[in-house]
Amino acid sequence: MPILELTTLTKHFGGVHAVDELDLAVEEGEIFGLIGPNGSGKSTTVNLICGVVSVTAGRVAFEGRDITGSAPHRVLAAGVARTFQNIRLFGHLTVWQNLWVAQNSVEDRRSENFAKRWFFGSGATRDAVDQQLEFAGLAGKRNELAANLAFGEQRRLELARALATKPRLLLLDEPAAGMNLEEVHALDGRLRALQQAGMTIVLVEHVMELVMGVTDRIAVLNFGRKIAEGLPAAIQEDPAVQQAYLGGGVETAHA
Amino acid sequence: MDFFFGLLQIIGVHTLLGLSAYVVLQTGQVTLAQAGFFSIGAYVSAMLTVLAGWHIIPALLVSATLAGIVAGIVGFPALRIKGLMLVVATIAFGEFIRLFWFNFDYQIEKKGIVVGPQGGEGFKQIRFFPENGWSTLDVAIFIWVIVALVMLALWWTDRSRAGTVLRAVGEDELAAQSVGINLTAVKVGAFAAGGFIAGIGGAIYAHYTTHIEHLNFGVMLATFAIAYPILGGLRNVFGTLVAVIFIQGFLVEGLRFMGDWRNLLFGALIVLAMNIQPRGLIDERSVKLVRGLFTRDTRN
Repeated sequence: MPILELTTLTKHFGGVHAVDELDLAVEEGEIFGLIGPNGSGKSTTVNLICGVVSVTAGRVAFEGRDITGSAPHRVLAAGVARTFQNIRLFGHLTVWQNLWVAQNSVEDRRSENFAKRWFFGSGATRDAVDQQLEFAGLAGKRNELAANLAFGEQRRLELARALATKPRLLLLDEPAAGMNLEEVHALDGRLRALQQAGMTIVLVEHVMELVMGVTDRIAVLNFGRKIAEGLPAAIQEDPAVQQAYLGGGVETAHA
Repeated sequence: MDFFFGLLQIIGVHTLLGLSAYVVLQTGQVTLAQAGFFSIGAYVSAMLTVLAGWHIIPALLVSATLAGIVAGIVGFPALRIKGLMLVVATIAFGEFIRLFWFNFDYQIEKKGIVVGPQGGEGFKQIRFFPENGWSTLDVAIFIWVIVALVMLALWWTDRSRAGTVLRAVGEDELAAQSVGINLTAVKVGAFAAGGFIAGIGGAIYAHYTTHIEHLNFGVMLATFAIAYPILGGLRNVFGTLVAVIFIQGFLVEGLRFMGDWRNLLFGALIVLAMNIQPRGLIDERSVKLVRGLFTRDTRN
């Protein structure tokens, strides 16, 4: 059974068919690439899965459970975390607090007593936050405001914040946007490490070095429709895909 | 001396009013309905002590709870609107409550005199304190014990997860949802908590002035409610207290010798204070300054 299954998922904004009868099945443990030209409906797909925008028609199932139209916090509680295309941190909270807010969702799932969770906090959660900081390489910045971090650090913090919620499926919306090549390689390694640890990842991306290198399978969207799906090598050769990217090779798709 | 106790009472009540808006402002919502919740606390508690003969403490808790519930109900429609639209909607709601009291008539005879809210005439003879022999000092102490409790609770909340979540929602609602925060619960909860605190303030206000009327609870009061925490800086509860002391103690009372010119200077000084301390009276710089006074510099 696929861990994430989209069935004829559709979203219309007025007359615009942002996502049009999209069928997608992501298997557990794989890194799945979702690519396509600008405005092809990739981010909308992520927003539909997460419940940020309402679904016009179709179905989203996670681990066999229907989560179509669930509120974002319920989707997260089910085990789906995400990052944003344009980084969205809590700028005037510290780095540590950014992770703490996320980490607490783990305890919420165990639904211990309310006052303890909200007003006293648990030592275990604090320790877990410290570990996440260490893992993200941000331990030295724990008391900095998130808004004051460098761009690369903000990306790392956002990923760490998503991971702090202990998801089983991670949706990354253009995590390499604005990164230099070195940072892209670091991210590549990090994603493989997460996959090793059993995480399933959906990667929405423009940076082809990353997508072609790290993904197991790729689906290509254009005007909200899936025009191709398969192994990275096959996708690169696919004439329909090359046509979608303005007739050129896939490599020209750097935004 | 009574003048100073009276001033202490005013500062205490306005601190509660400011703190009620502080909670809601932290979630990034600007509310001008706090005067309305304040009036619910005032009228309901006064009815309980005067008409039903209750002691002030249960009357205060019940009326504040009712104000909190009403505020929570207002919080739901407020979920769908933001920014200026929310400001307008909350003004409308505050006026709605004020006009309710304007039309509300319910009087009974007690010990030979007719008491109770009387529409536009207001609610007179709220005499719990004098009837029970509380002096101005007793009342001032009573008020400040409550203010201290509320401030302590909010200070604690600020440092707990609850406070961090309120601020996270104020920073970025979408990001907050995506890390598992239930936006509806947090926003409605903030409104309800704010309404509860405003209700406490209103209950105390009604009893120390002994006479309330709908005109006390207009947009002006609602504006003060958000001015305190904003002027104080939303950093912590003490900012609100400092702003209340600055406005009520210094600007309103301290400048009384200037007569009618006072209001002019009042506005000018607020603008000046905002310019000198754009992030509020209690900001990073002033915190550092105060800390520097009390800690030894270990670098030398």
